[in-house]
Amino acid sequence: MKDGELITQLSIFVNNEPGSLASIALVLKECDINLKAFNIAESAGFGVLRAIADDPRKACASLRGRSIAVKPTKVIAVHVEDQPGGLFGIARILGEAKINIEYAYAYAGKKGPVIFVRVDEPEAALAAIRAAGMKVLGEKDL
Amino acid sequence: MYWNPEVECAPREEIERRQFESLRGLVANLYDNNPFYRGKMDGHGVKPGDIRCLEDISKLPFMYKDDLRDNYPTKLFTVPTTDIVRYHVSSGTTGKPTLVGYTREDLEYWTESLARALTSVGITDEDTIQVSYGYGLFTGGLGLHYGAERVGASVLPSSTGSTERQLELMVDLGVTAIACTPSYLIHMIEVAGKMGIDFRRDTKLRIAVLGAEPWTDAMRKIIEESAGIRAYDIFGTSEMAGPMFTECGEQDGIHLSWDMVYPEIIDPETGEVLGPGEEGELVVTMLKKEALPMVRFRLRDVTAIIEGPCKCGRTSPRIRRITGRTDDMLIVRGINVFPSQVEHALLQVPELTGHYQITVDRIGALDVMKVEAEIDPDAFSDKMEDLMSIKKRAEGIMKKYLNIGVRIELREHGSLPRYEGKGSRVKDMRSMK
Repeated sequence: MKDGELITQLSIFVNNEPGSLASIALVLKECDINLKAFNIAESAGFGVLRAIADDPRKACASLRGRSIAVKPTKVIAVHVEDQPGGLFGIARILGEAKINIEYAYAYAGKKGPVIFVRVDEPEAALAAIRAAGMKVLGEKDL
Repeated sequence: MYWNPEVECAPREEIERRQFESLRGLVANLYDNNPFYRGKMDGHGVKPGDIRCLEDISKLPFMYKDDLRDNYPTKLFTVPTTDIVRYHVSSGTTGKPTLVGYTREDLEYWTESLARALTSVGITDEDTIQVSYGYGLFTGGLGLHYGAERVGASVLPSSTGSTERQLELMVDLGVTAIACTPSYLIHMIEVAGKMGIDFRRDTKLRIAVLGAEPWTDAMRKIIEESAGIRAYDIFGTSEMAGPMFTECGEQDGIHLSWDMVYPEIIDPETGEVLGPGEEGELVVTMLKKEALPMVRFRLRDVTAIIEGPCKCGRTSPRIRRITGRTDDMLIVRGINVFPSQVEHALLQVPELTGHYQITVDRIGALDVMKVEAEIDPDAFSDKMEDLMSIKKRAEGIMKKYLNIGVRIELREHGSLPRYEGKGSRVKDMRSMK
């Protein structure tokens, strides 16, 4: 994979209790971290906040400095059409290529909607997306 | 190295003879001069003359923590307040506090016992010791302070709190020994990591004397390996004087100074005295105390007496590490659970930091036990599946150790409380309903 094909996402462990998102959000603010998009996955007693930040490497370092459990993870960002069937396009491509989507979430985007997808086989996913003529976005494209 | 070899290595027969002399004198004196003890003995149908050998101690009635609470503040004291030179107050979390008092002689014995103990772990006048127990009403700070001064060590009375400053001092002064709670030392190691201080590389620390809360051998291993030190267990309660006794260099049981204390292990249900090696509740009779004598005081600590001489050459009786307390023992769905078992189980899961909080609740008619455990930031994975598998594995180990189902909840690193003195990691919500 060439550099810039995958997007670095921050995964942050958060307690699932009142006020814990606020306390993480405060650290993000204090560390001057701006988020473009995020989602929260929750489980019994804890959650994982997944976020796309302006400067993921810097954000990761400053969060670690504050003892936050954070892990940089790679996701694929694709541009989709802002119309019915936009999600179907990308989901069908990956489904037909037998690639499992672990999770996905969307961002309104400056140049149209973007979907972030986490898959178990990123290389195969990139190849399938390109073969279908869709554009994979780099960090600079967001 | 011995502080007082004549006493510490005395022959067995001499120990028993002298313990009996002390006991006989103590009982006679209490019966004649103290209405509380006299009343207790009369109620139990025992007279000083019935104590004809050391084993006859089992004829005497027990004393309980409640006796101290009921007679708060000083009704159990056997000397006038003019003879009292110090008070301490227990950090008991339930009911009234308990007050203990000391004569000059009481402090002398306390200090002597700690001088023996600190010498036995290798602390000498060449050491610099940081006393990071609380100074004040709690016995830990001042007790260790005077014990360490007695052996001639340089004492840094840092007390609790201001962890970063404590670490700076540890580095700057070349501190070689520390006395604190095991959880506080783990906290210090964590904070040191964030400050870029490596215990092995940047400090001269070689010995830790740890106590005031239950801990396990697994925790000792973690502390010893991460800090590159030897960690020793210390034992004692305010009713005895304070922290008094430690393991020796062999780390094979806590040596009790035989001239100061006569230990028994009993069945907590029946009160029957158990034999060497049998686990039960520790009961102590303090043989030298003046201000506040303790005869067959039930400590609620669960341990066993180790028979036979120690490799270190000391002949004093030894007890095993305290495995729990009969009164913090939880009964969950009819099964006895000690927090120390929970701790031990959690240490088998490398993805968890070892900090934990237990909550027991009753939902409908069912007892539910929840253990919150912190996830190690390095072990954190983005995959929900991985996190769930850590949780499942911890629950499996917990089930194996405790024999009951426990719900594990993963928590952020640093989000559970750290205890710097005696603290309770157990919340029993059932008692509030």
